[in-house]
Amino acid sequence: METLAIQKEQPAVSNKTTTISGSQAVLEAFIAEGVETIFGYPGGAIMPIYDALYDYNEKLKHILVRHEQGGIHAAQGFARASGKVGVVFATSGPGATNLVTGLADAQIDSTPLVCITGQVFAHLLGTDAFQETDVINITTPVTKWNYQITDATEIPSVMAKAFHIAQTGRPGPVLIDITKNAQLQKFEYSGYTKMEHLRSYRPKPIVRKEYIEQAAKLINAAQKPFVIWGQGVILGGAEKEFQAFIEKSGIPAAWTILGESAIPTSHPLNVGMLGMHGNYAPNVLTNDCDVLIAIGMRFDDRVTGRLDKYAKQAQIIHLDIDPAEIDKNVKVTIPVWGDCKETLPVLTELVERKNHSQWLQKFKELEQKEVEEVIFEEQNPSTEIMTMGEVIKVMNELTGGNAIIVTDVGQHQMVACRYVKFNQTRSNITSGGLGTMGFALPAAIGAKFGAPERTVITIAGDGGIQMTIQELGTIMQNEVDVKILILNNHFLGMVRQWQQLFNDKRYSFVDIASPDYVTVAKAYNIPGRSISNRADLKDALSEMLNHKGAYLLEVIVGKENNVFPMVPQGCSVSEIRLK
Amino acid sequence: MEFKNPPSGVRGMKKEFTLTVYTENQIGLLNRIAIIFSRRKINVDSLNTSPSEIESVHRFNIVITETEDVVKKLCRQIEKQVEVLKAYYNTNEEIIWQELALYKVPTNVIAEKVVVERLLRKYGARAVVIRNDYTVFETSGHREETEGLIKALEPYGLIEFVRSARVAIIKSSSGFHDKLKEFEQLQPGESVAENEYLNERDKVFTM
Repeated sequence: METLAIQKEQPAVSNKTTTISGSQAVLEAFIAEGVETIFGYPGGAIMPIYDALYDYNEKLKHILVRHEQGGIHAAQGFARASGKVGVVFATSGPGATNLVTGLADAQIDSTPLVCITGQVFAHLLGTDAFQETDVINITTPVTKWNYQITDATEIPSVMAKAFHIAQTGRPGPVLIDITKNAQLQKFEYSGYTKMEHLRSYRPKPIVRKEYIEQAAKLINAAQKPFVIWGQGVILGGAEKEFQAFIEKSGIPAAWTILGESAIPTSHPLNVGMLGMHGNYAPNVLTNDCDVLIAIGMRFDDRVTGRLDKYAKQAQIIHLDIDPAEIDKNVKVTIPVWGDCKETLPVLTELVERKNHSQWLQKFKELEQKEVEEVIFEEQNPSTEIMTMGEVIKVMNELTGGNAIIVTDVGQHQMVACRYVKFNQTRSNITSGGLGTMGFALPAAIGAKFGAPERTVITIAGDGGIQMTIQELGTIMQNEVDVKILILNNHFLGMVRQWQQLFNDKRYSFVDIASPDYVTVAKAYNIPGRSISNRADLKDALSEMLNHKGAYLLEVIVGKENNVFPMVPQGCSVSEIRLK
Repeated sequence: MEFKNPPSGVRGMKKEFTLTVYTENQIGLLNRIAIIFSRRKINVDSLNTSPSEIESVHRFNIVITETEDVVKKLCRQIEKQVEVLKAYYNTNEEIIWQELALYKVPTNVIAEKVVVERLLRKYGARAVVIRNDYTVFETSGHREETEGLIKALEPYGLIEFVRSARVAIIKSSSGFHDKLKEFEQLQPGESVAENEYLNERDKVFTM
């Protein structure tokens, strides 16, 4: 039998060792990995780490949240805005279980996180000790990797592994559960070495030029090629490479909501949003194109609609870093497996410079139809009551498209994704795959820490804001400059819309009451205003944006407005309804 | 995984597939692999974990009854897990496999009935323990063989029966030694890993 070492020994930084505690080793790992901000909430089983943190106050900024779910969403917002790993602390038991929603959200939206949970002493594991839960098994399906540490000597190498896994390849959340004895244990520490390679983990495949050549051949022969892109372009930092590719090939391109903002909204080849509430042209023409080039996206059902009627006429090229995505939902003609930052330049080199003006014209025509039947009225309503679309329109005029927009989930999210103008990447932060209501407010806090120089506006509905409204306390205590825009339609609007369209208007428990948000904000020392007249809209939005510090603006919008276009569930993308 | 109206060619016929998964020996990995099946409501017919031909590398054998399309996707999801080195799937024709079975029967019946003795010879059973009250036989082979002996012993008072998971060897495999060497390098050679998947897309999948 051949013998091979499990993992090659990491070379020590120096031969000198110092005696430190497991808790200190965790914080040293953070510093070595460039972490500056931690979102967390203390508790019994993580007290040794918090005790050590007391001495690291100058190097590591800890933001005390009001609920662990708020903490993990903040870390997600931080990661999405900055491109760095978001870091979370929580205690054992309820602290850890409160992370689960955020982990699931980060897993499905590929957000790099390292979460540290405290755990009861190793000798108490399995005894139903106070605040003991089996965190590893609870979080296995919703983490890219997780691990329980019961011995402090493991901490440096496991932390290195955690950061390596979280941020390489297709990013994702990692959870490290550390028993209290390991946090307290003193051990001989010989320094921290970042991990570069793990034999059972292949973040990036080798770029296979022959497949890119085949893809280029298909693209060069295409009459009606169509690009659809997702968050992979942003996660790969390949925005420039992507723009260069579509500009040279002249191919119209549409985005999934997580891919939005990778190129400016105003780019002439940006033809809009895909999917259930996406734009008319890209949905209809998905079933008309001859070559569909999918880049860093995963053919989510909200994007594809009915699969057996999805782009059946087209040959499909799929560029993705995750091999499990290839052929998962849609059978592809040519898989281009790899990091799109590496594959796109090769592809751009091989494609002919073209101008598909006639094909592009088709998008323009259908866009015009959507403008006439939906967009114009949504943004310039003839009704007395305001619409969400017009609020976004005025907001665009004031921000110039330079703000980070953090949306919650529901009608306002779809309207915001459809109408917000973006000039730069990493500007649209939203819960895409999981659809987590309550995501926006804490995620906006994190986004502000991730991009402090930028304006951060959170847009939420009257439902979602009430799910994590306690994070106003975090905003107050840390003086976080986030602008909170509540679009209040006095309903759980998206569910109401479905009940109207598909359940004969049987409005079952969607009528949600709101507190006086301005008074609530005031209690947290956050100024605010509520408006219901169109005449006040511009002034109120300006006041919010010009205010130094957090500000809450509630805008009362039409109660029973619907989001259109819409691809009803079970329908093909080309069966998209304009009303 | 299965959708309501699968595109033509996706449906296929369900049959028995044996997955061979090479992994690190890590606590929790069994669960991580098991939930890939349970999440999709797929029943695992048999699961065995054992050492492999390489020290420190673990080997899973998992048997499921599914269409090839589903099995292929499952393989990719398994291989996507950190700490999984590689996952293969094979039909029964492509592997050599055995299952071990133990049968506990009353010794007095065995001693008295000549027919039973003949039966045991026929099924290639060996006695593991002989006591006054009972005798334990073992046999190994394919499912039909071990099952055949249960049926045969039932009339004579089969007290207990247990069968192990399937262990399988892939006929065409040349083992994992060379692959592992490549995995241990920062830049694996182009001839392994990735390429197999793209060259033989329908046959093999690799990370």
